[in-house]
Amino acid sequence: MANKRNLILTIILLAAFFALAWYVNFETDSYIRRVVNLCMVYAIIGLSMNLTNGFTGQFSLGQAGFMAIGAYVVGIFTVPVALRPAVFYAAPMNPLIADIYMPLWLALIIGGLLAALVAFMIGTPVLRLRGDYLAVATLGFSEIIRIVITNAQSITNGALGIKDIPPLNDVRYIFAFTAVIFVFITALINSSYGRAFKAIREDEIAAEAMGIDLFKHKCLAFMISAFFAGIGGGLYGALLGTVDPKNFLFTLTYNFLLIIVLGGMGSITGSMIGAVLVTAGLEFLRVFDEPLDLFGMAIPLFRPGFRMVIFSVLLMVLVLFWRHGIMGTREFTWDNFFAFCKNPFGFFGRKGAHKA
Amino acid sequence: MEFFQAIFNMSGASFAQHMVNGISLGSLYAMIAIGYTMVYGILLMINFAHGDIVMMACYFAFFGITVFNIPWYLTFVGVIIATALLGVVIERAAYRPLRDAPKNSVLISAIGASFLLENLANYLFSGRPLRFPNIEFLAQNINIAGVQVQAISLVIPVVTILCLVVLLHIVNHTKIGMSMRAVSKDYEIARVMGINIDNVISITFAIGSILAAIGAIMWGIRYPGITPLLGVMPGLKCFIAAVIGGIGNIKGAVLGGFILGLGEILIVAFFPQLSGYRDAFAFIVLIIILFYKPTGLLGEKTTEKV
Repeated sequence: MANKRNLILTIILLAAFFALAWYVNFETDSYIRRVVNLCMVYAIIGLSMNLTNGFTGQFSLGQAGFMAIGAYVVGIFTVPVALRPAVFYAAPMNPLIADIYMPLWLALIIGGLLAALVAFMIGTPVLRLRGDYLAVATLGFSEIIRIVITNAQSITNGALGIKDIPPLNDVRYIFAFTAVIFVFITALINSSYGRAFKAIREDEIAAEAMGIDLFKHKCLAFMISAFFAGIGGGLYGALLGTVDPKNFLFTLTYNFLLIIVLGGMGSITGSMIGAVLVTAGLEFLRVFDEPLDLFGMAIPLFRPGFRMVIFSVLLMVLVLFWRHGIMGTREFTWDNFFAFCKNPFGFFGRKGAHKA
Repeated sequence: MEFFQAIFNMSGASFAQHMVNGISLGSLYAMIAIGYTMVYGILLMINFAHGDIVMMACYFAFFGITVFNIPWYLTFVGVIIATALLGVVIERAAYRPLRDAPKNSVLISAIGASFLLENLANYLFSGRPLRFPNIEFLAQNINIAGVQVQAISLVIPVVTILCLVVLLHIVNHTKIGMSMRAVSKDYEIARVMGINIDNVISITFAIGSILAAIGAIMWGIRYPGITPLLGVMPGLKCFIAAVIGGIGNIKGAVLGGFILGLGEILIVAFFPQLSGYRDAFAFIVLIIILFYKPTGLLGEKTTEKV
């Protein structure tokens, strides 16, 4: 009875999402389309970050670097060959790659694979050790990836960035990627690998005693996470139409940190909700960066930079006072949803299964 | 082969100059690394905001001297006090409420504190680089036997060694130092033995921040551009210096700082074509050290407790 109800509701919800994607694609202006696309890209990267940080409990801060790899592969290989001399006007493109053109989907996958390879190289030495070194090592490496990109002029056009990437306007394209990645990560988390990840998060020593190969699983989670971050980064680059080393500063990673903390570390649906809220919120907060006149008086608080101050205060407040975020480690299910509808306050009183 | 050629092609004077630069950079790293290692030794957490405390100290010095025209020696005292307060306030506001929380939450809070300081600096002081006040007698070039060095490059190692001596005295021969060692050895037992943990932690943050402030002042005189993201790279490198030396070990942090500072300068001196990758050096050293000696050069072997 309940199962049948849930199935029907799921189908209705999916249909609603498809209808929404079509509606946004054809009926709304480019600004809305852009925000919706950005929401989905952020959801992909938020999910990828949640896989290491939330589900496996390994604190990685390298998302911006992996995104940069994905975005640059897209940038390098999807610019039409005829346009390349104009893009690489300062130093000509390396002849080895100058004539290689790829469709977007192939470039995305190759970018993801390259990001996973880099993750493997970083992860092999660092993942064997105490978890918190990973945060510093990955943060540092995401900056180094940026340094390498800035210096490899003949491949990446250096600090000038790559322009004229064929713009990706189709909401349905990104929607399809988001849906596939969502399904894949859900299946992964519910598989034996997913259970191993969670065991590592809860207690490494106990997990090892149960026969879980710590290093293998940590590395696997880290690489899958990098793979999807690379794909997300590629979509991000295609969405912007231009990639530039300055787009991928380490501070970009903090957006996704906020997403997973807000949504709940260790909740897939939480990351999706967090991504929508954070992306929409960042757009909304743009008001704070512009001078505001109230009753003819300029309020001195409102000037460029205020948005990011609010953003960082939000992150602090969230982790200090509402550590479990919206979902904690729970997922959105119809049973939970109806329990919430019946008794909203009781539902939030019950903390997620997260323990210290 | 290329390496030896590079060494032989270098004149004695320019080698001496690179050594002076390397030692002064290493001393600066050491000063900042001590703050990381002390906090990690006691709380087992990375104080991500430490690099940004250095950045704030630079801005304090800028405002004291350039904006308010306070004489430099008074400003420096003020900067040290203000920075120590900042460190203690950050600990109170961002870390103390999470003392019993999962480790990842503390890490996120530390990142949040760091990000907040960066954004506040960007908002309040604008992202444009400011020039650290010019203190004539420290910034001047002096000529010793044909080697041109800035006076500050010679002052930095001396100040660092003095600070280290004082710090080691505090840690090894005073009551508060004994409590620090006790807390870092075993947090729970120290509490049971009647040590006021919160006080010890506050004092640890204050000491770390004082050293960061002194380091920041010297950093500013040596490298005068101040920006809101000034503290990020030095911060990461200094944490790595602390890890290389053996985290929790003060002498190790100093050793790590010197290895990174000297290594960075000498590599660029010998291989100018690598200068774009200068910042990568620290991370490569980190990977190598973690591979062969995970507890760092001077670190004790630890076993994980259940």
